[in-house]
Amino acid sequence: MALLEIENLTVQFPTRRETFVAVKDAHLTVEPGQIHGLVGESGAGKSTIGAAVMGLLDPPGKITGGVIRFRGEEISGLDAEAMASLRGRKISMIFQDPLTSLNPLFTVGQQLVETIRAHLHLSETEALARAINLIDRVGIPDARARVNQYPHQFSGGMRQRVVIALALCSEPDVIIADEPTTALDVSIQAQILDLIKGLARERRVGVILITHDMGVIADTTDVVTVMYRGEVVESGPTARVLGAPSHPYTKSLIAAVPRPTVKLHRFPLIDYGGRVTGFAIADLARNWPKSTGERGAPLIEIEGISKRFVSKQAILPSRRGYFTAVDSASFTIRQGEVFGLVGESGSGKSTIARMIAGLYPVDGGTVRYGGRDVTATTRGVPDWYRREIQMIFQDPYSSLNPRMRVDEIVAEPARHHGLLKGQALRNRVAELLDRVGLGAEAGVKFPHEFSGGQRQRISIARALATQPRFLICDEPTSALDVSIQAQILNILKDLQDHLGLTMLFISHDLPVVRQMCDRVGVMKDGKLVEVAETETLFEAPQHPYTQHLLSLMPRLDGLSDEGLAVA
Amino acid sequence: MVSYIFRRILQSVLVLLVVGLVAFAMFRFVGDPVDTMLGQERTVQDIERLRESLGLNDPFFVQYWNFLGRALQGDLGISYRQGRPVAEIIAERLPATLELAAVSGTFALLMGIGLGVFTAIRRHGFSANAIMALSLIGVSLPTFLIGILLIYLFAVELRWLPSFGRGETVMVGGWSTGFLTQSGLIALILPSITLGLYQMTLIMRLVRSEMLEVMRQDYIRFARARGLSQRAIHFRHALKNTLVPVITVTGLQLGSIIAFAIITETVFQWPGVGLLFINAIQFVDIPVMAAYLMLISVMFVGINLIVDLLYVAIDPRLRS
Repeated sequence: MALLEIENLTVQFPTRRETFVAVKDAHLTVEPGQIHGLVGESGAGKSTIGAAVMGLLDPPGKITGGVIRFRGEEISGLDAEAMASLRGRKISMIFQDPLTSLNPLFTVGQQLVETIRAHLHLSETEALARAINLIDRVGIPDARARVNQYPHQFSGGMRQRVVIALALCSEPDVIIADEPTTALDVSIQAQILDLIKGLARERRVGVILITHDMGVIADTTDVVTVMYRGEVVESGPTARVLGAPSHPYTKSLIAAVPRPTVKLHRFPLIDYGGRVTGFAIADLARNWPKSTGERGAPLIEIEGISKRFVSKQAILPSRRGYFTAVDSASFTIRQGEVFGLVGESGSGKSTIARMIAGLYPVDGGTVRYGGRDVTATTRGVPDWYRREIQMIFQDPYSSLNPRMRVDEIVAEPARHHGLLKGQALRNRVAELLDRVGLGAEAGVKFPHEFSGGQRQRISIARALATQPRFLICDEPTSALDVSIQAQILNILKDLQDHLGLTMLFISHDLPVVRQMCDRVGVMKDGKLVEVAETETLFEAPQHPYTQHLLSLMPRLDGLSDEGLAVA
Repeated sequence: MVSYIFRRILQSVLVLLVVGLVAFAMFRFVGDPVDTMLGQERTVQDIERLRESLGLNDPFFVQYWNFLGRALQGDLGISYRQGRPVAEIIAERLPATLELAAVSGTFALLMGIGLGVFTAIRRHGFSANAIMALSLIGVSLPTFLIGILLIYLFAVELRWLPSFGRGETVMVGGWSTGFLTQSGLIALILPSITLGLYQMTLIMRLVRSEMLEVMRQDYIRFARARGLSQRAIHFRHALKNTLVPVITVTGLQLGSIIAFAIITETVFQWPGVGLLFINAIQFVDIPVMAAYLMLISVMFVGINLIVDLLYVAIDPRLRS
């Protein structure tokens, strides 16, 4: 008998004006010891299925059709009390962000003990012993001491282990993992996925693994269900669905996944359901100032820049503790190239970008732009240089001022530098919005009216407003779905090809870096360990750390190659 | 951690020095005390003698330094009007104000947090919405009006509670307390509600909005998914996370409960320092005004120092 069966599940969110159908007629079964992947883009209804099983749908959402059975018994109609007794005891859930899943004000031990005692009749000391045992089991060293620590004293990966320990408090039969590794580095991701695989294999736990990451699906799951806009479009054994997809949406979704093994000129776009919006960067080239330097000549020369932050406050300077974020990094970015910086979180990638942009003063070393010294001091960088460089940030939600209209946002850099005003400025803004594929009429709206991908287009339009020559892209697509990512990356490639822009491209996603960059620098603990041509780096990495990073990269060999040819 | 506390104390001392300067400056710039003290019939010699004996001929900063030194030793000067040491007068009056502030502060905190949690949990319920609507009255009505309305209803019409004074008090080691007699306790009810109503509604609204914010957090969702009881989620996980901003505001408000006791004390003829201050203003009794100013600032600074230390006690992230 299946552990968990979902039949014809329909979930609706009725609002005053209309009813939003989040999930429609979904089928899904989980057997003991099986990892069932649930994949799709944001808004596909994956997480809603998880919440429906847990009885944790946010109001006004409710199950309006179908049944959910646990060990053959229907649980979808249970009242709140009966559901609460099942929740955490028989069916557990793990959330995406380990930073926010734990209550910051209680120790890990307190949270474990309270959960254990909510489900099992144990005394305080027995519960504590069990808590220590659980922490040990999820692979956290020195469990006895760490049980008394607070969540902020754990690293991201360790926190996700704590979250898993919390989910295991009463030995559940089913675990629903909602994007459990999305917020983690590749090496940590591999460890957490191994932990989940171990649970399925050894304890016969049934797992629903919700993710948007095809690499995770390919590496971890036995069975996969692909969802699109609330409906299941395809389901079957993972190897079959990924290797020989039958539904057109699955095909285009798989085609849009950046490949680690082969470099394409442009990303294939998901064309299912007409969601591709065009853009016309080439048209901007007519009014773009001709670049002065020769293509391939050094544009930015960075020599031995360092940055350290105070990690321990003290009155006496000698007793202060410092954390060295960037340790004497040197590299050169050539005119017209895309230079990639890769590394795990905390390796100093973003700090370098901010020093180049003048957001952080440099603690040592020099930055030269076109031969002129532009090293950032506490007073920032020269104005002329500010116009030449622009940044695109990771989070398209927080990098746009929600109280400003889009045309004001895009116009601001040009107005600030006094480049244009009046009708000329309005024309520039309209043209930029049009060329990035939003249309000039987008200007009168506010940022919240746009999706993540559209907001990133606004960020790009804003970055182009001063007609810069150098763009710093700090994880520009990490927060986006793979189909949207493909569109944004294609825009960036056009910027390089048609406008001759030079770019510093920061990412932790190696396949994306291989597609985007001409040369790559690898960062580890603030040090630049290797710089090489992209193809050389991926084919013959020299430094052991680079080799280690590349070995963690999902190979995606099983993915269908169909659709890649359109590039 | 130690340097954090040290910095906070240093800042507090700085604030107190500045307030001390303002208080001291009052002596120099709000009328000439010699005129006030000697009256119409005076000679130039009298004036000179008094100026010399009061130290008024010394340079400004010497006078300020002496003033601070005396204040630190508890010598706040002599009241122009009563001719008694200011410290003694304040010591007489302070217990009344502190007891009133303590009762109304406790009332505001308990009711504010309780109602705040209630209105947040039952945010769509009828009673929660009714409380929210009523709380607008508490925020918008001025204190003296609330006091007068309460007096009219409970003292004049219903005749349940006294309309003025502290009732009987008992001396406990130099501290006159109203907590130990029935009439003293009864007399506290109306002034405490009057004084604490505004703070209560403020705390309630703050707790409610913070609570609603916290309830949207991932760790609350995860606490639900772990199968914890509603009670544990609301009162353990959610409430503790709302406390940091609530403590900030409460700290400031407690200070103002003491400072704004003036109005309530006037309405209820409450023999506290606020009433003393009002009388001092009427008679330009500058030593009393200066002492009151410094007393209030010491309390404000002290409370805020405690608030800063409480943050650290509540939030482990600030400890490292």
